[in-house]
Amino acid sequence: MTEIAETQSAPATSFTTRFEIVPLVLFAAFAAAPLLATFSGAEGYVLSLLTRVMIFGIAAMALDLILGYGALVSFGHAAFLGLGAYTVGILASHGFEDALVQIPVALLASAVFALFTGAISLRTKGVYFIMITLAFGQMLYFLATSLAAYGGDDGMTLASRSLVAGTDWLENDFTFYWLCLVCLVGAYALSRSIVASRFGRVLRGTRENSVRMEAIGFQPFRFQLAAYVISGMMAGLAGCLLANQAEFVSPAFMTWQRSGELIFMVVLGGLGSLHGAIIGAAAFLLLEEFLPEILHASSFFLGEETRAHLAENWKMVFGPLLILIVLFVRGGIMGLLRRPHHG
Amino acid sequence: MTATLFFVQALNGLQFGLILFLIAAGLTLVFGVMDFINLAHGVQYMVGAYLVAAFSAWTGSFGWALLLALPSALAFGLLLEVLVFRHLYDRDHLDQVLATFGVILFLNQGVRFVWGAAPLSVPVPELLSGSVEIANGLLYPVYRLAIIAAGLVVAALLYVLVNHTRVGMLVRAGASNAAMVSALGVNIQRLFMVVFGFGAMLAGFAGAMVAPILSVEPGMGDNILILAFVVIVIGGIGSIRGAFLAALLIGLVDTVGRSFAPNLLRLVLDPAAASQTGRAIAPMLIYIFMAAILFFRPSGLFPVKR
Repeated sequence: MTEIAETQSAPATSFTTRFEIVPLVLFAAFAAAPLLATFSGAEGYVLSLLTRVMIFGIAAMALDLILGYGALVSFGHAAFLGLGAYTVGILASHGFEDALVQIPVALLASAVFALFTGAISLRTKGVYFIMITLAFGQMLYFLATSLAAYGGDDGMTLASRSLVAGTDWLENDFTFYWLCLVCLVGAYALSRSIVASRFGRVLRGTRENSVRMEAIGFQPFRFQLAAYVISGMMAGLAGCLLANQAEFVSPAFMTWQRSGELIFMVVLGGLGSLHGAIIGAAAFLLLEEFLPEILHASSFFLGEETRAHLAENWKMVFGPLLILIVLFVRGGIMGLLRRPHHG
Repeated sequence: MTATLFFVQALNGLQFGLILFLIAAGLTLVFGVMDFINLAHGVQYMVGAYLVAAFSAWTGSFGWALLLALPSALAFGLLLEVLVFRHLYDRDHLDQVLATFGVILFLNQGVRFVWGAAPLSVPVPELLSGSVEIANGLLYPVYRLAIIAAGLVVAALLYVLVNHTRVGMLVRAGASNAAMVSALGVNIQRLFMVVFGFGAMLAGFAGAMVAPILSVEPGMGDNILILAFVVIVIGGIGSIRGAFLAALLIGLVDTVGRSFAPNLLRLVLDPAAASQTGRAIAPMLIYIFMAAILFFRPSGLFPVKR
């Protein structure tokens, strides 16, 4: 796992004021977006897209906490998204529609699942860890597909968004947007303080060299497990929000491809910077959303039929793009931002 | 009745396990020798199935289609190696996972682009169609028996190849210590290519063999890839013998578990609850099985000594 640590281009201790600006600008942009959205004329569309960006930002940041700071490549993190979403769906179908009930239950469920799977996965190292987390994710996926009472393969539609203390505030897209932003900023602040704490330093030390950490008297396993549980709970929260955003819950939330996308978001944004993961999630979702149109627009010199064909098969461009990013853009978007500064 | 049903399910499990072995063998070799995680191994299985579908539509004969599909799958694997994978060997696992994930996205869409999103079907070859009576009154499709036979033959050939030939020796040496093999004057790059191409061909062969009994569709390799990963993790990464045993175990546990979990649960639960829980638990069985094995043996059943 030390290989992963080596790809880290700058340790978090070298944070200069320059990079404190990035998260501020980022959150300011999210805060200003609803105002701009009202002027754009496609308010509902813009809001729902950005809400999704923030929700996946939380999930990607949760993953960055263990991937970027602990070098734990969890390939099953979408399971926590699904766990959070299904908690909301299942509780709602039994009449517990209040978020004040749903969210604590979802957090608890995520924590228990993370504790159980983490305790087994963390016994292994490197590629075994990747594959075991993957297998646990699949396990939950298949469990969801076989829950016939809760929609099975097809998933289930929620009757409405969650209530908050008995009121239906979240039905308003703006209120829901603000709730997601509060969750995003809260999760960021929490992660930032975890990373800066003694706990975070031990975690980073384990990433660099777990043998040495053991030699000076720490038990890496405990720290890694605690980080894994925290990360799982954050992703579970994102799952609750995702279910409310889509007003729909399905096993598709936790396919292994979704876990792969989460890893891609983190790497695209830049490992180990937290806000990089949010930027990565934004870049990924916006690319996914607009690549068909970009392709259609940029191929103006081709015939209309070919252009439509190209836009329809955008994944054939997206895949190679991903490969090229992995091969040539090391350190992700944050790495690009950082480079001119360090020369 | 239950005994015959069990027997049929065990045969199905054996057949599924052997298909899994064909895929897992390439995966475990590629990982063992090159320390390379290839998520795109599943799409090579899919490409094998599509190639056989295309060639059998063109030639009208499954035999010819298989004969043409194997070298094409090999060539395709080598092409991918040269274009993408070669540049990833000295990267960390995270980069490998991501880049090969990109290959999956591309190829899943690629086959949809070329052959359309609708599933293709390949007719069962004339010679192997129909069923035979394997016990009194118990019919079993000949083609499935043919898959079992082909799987066993390939496994035997692979055993001889890996354990009793010079190339096999190099592969085993490479799995133990690639740097040392390279230092002893072996062209490790070429060895990598051979192993990679061979693994791709095995996966393609597996896809070709199941094409007549499954529907050939985009994404068909994605789920089987995960199962192949489970197999190589249980077997111990890099170990062919481990992959063989684990593949058969997984094949049997999955197939038999799916049909018997509800029955077993009926002993302790009422029928409705038993069938519901059984259906929920059955697909999770192999993952629980894997978690249990890894809890006691974190490097799998047959870890390769390094």
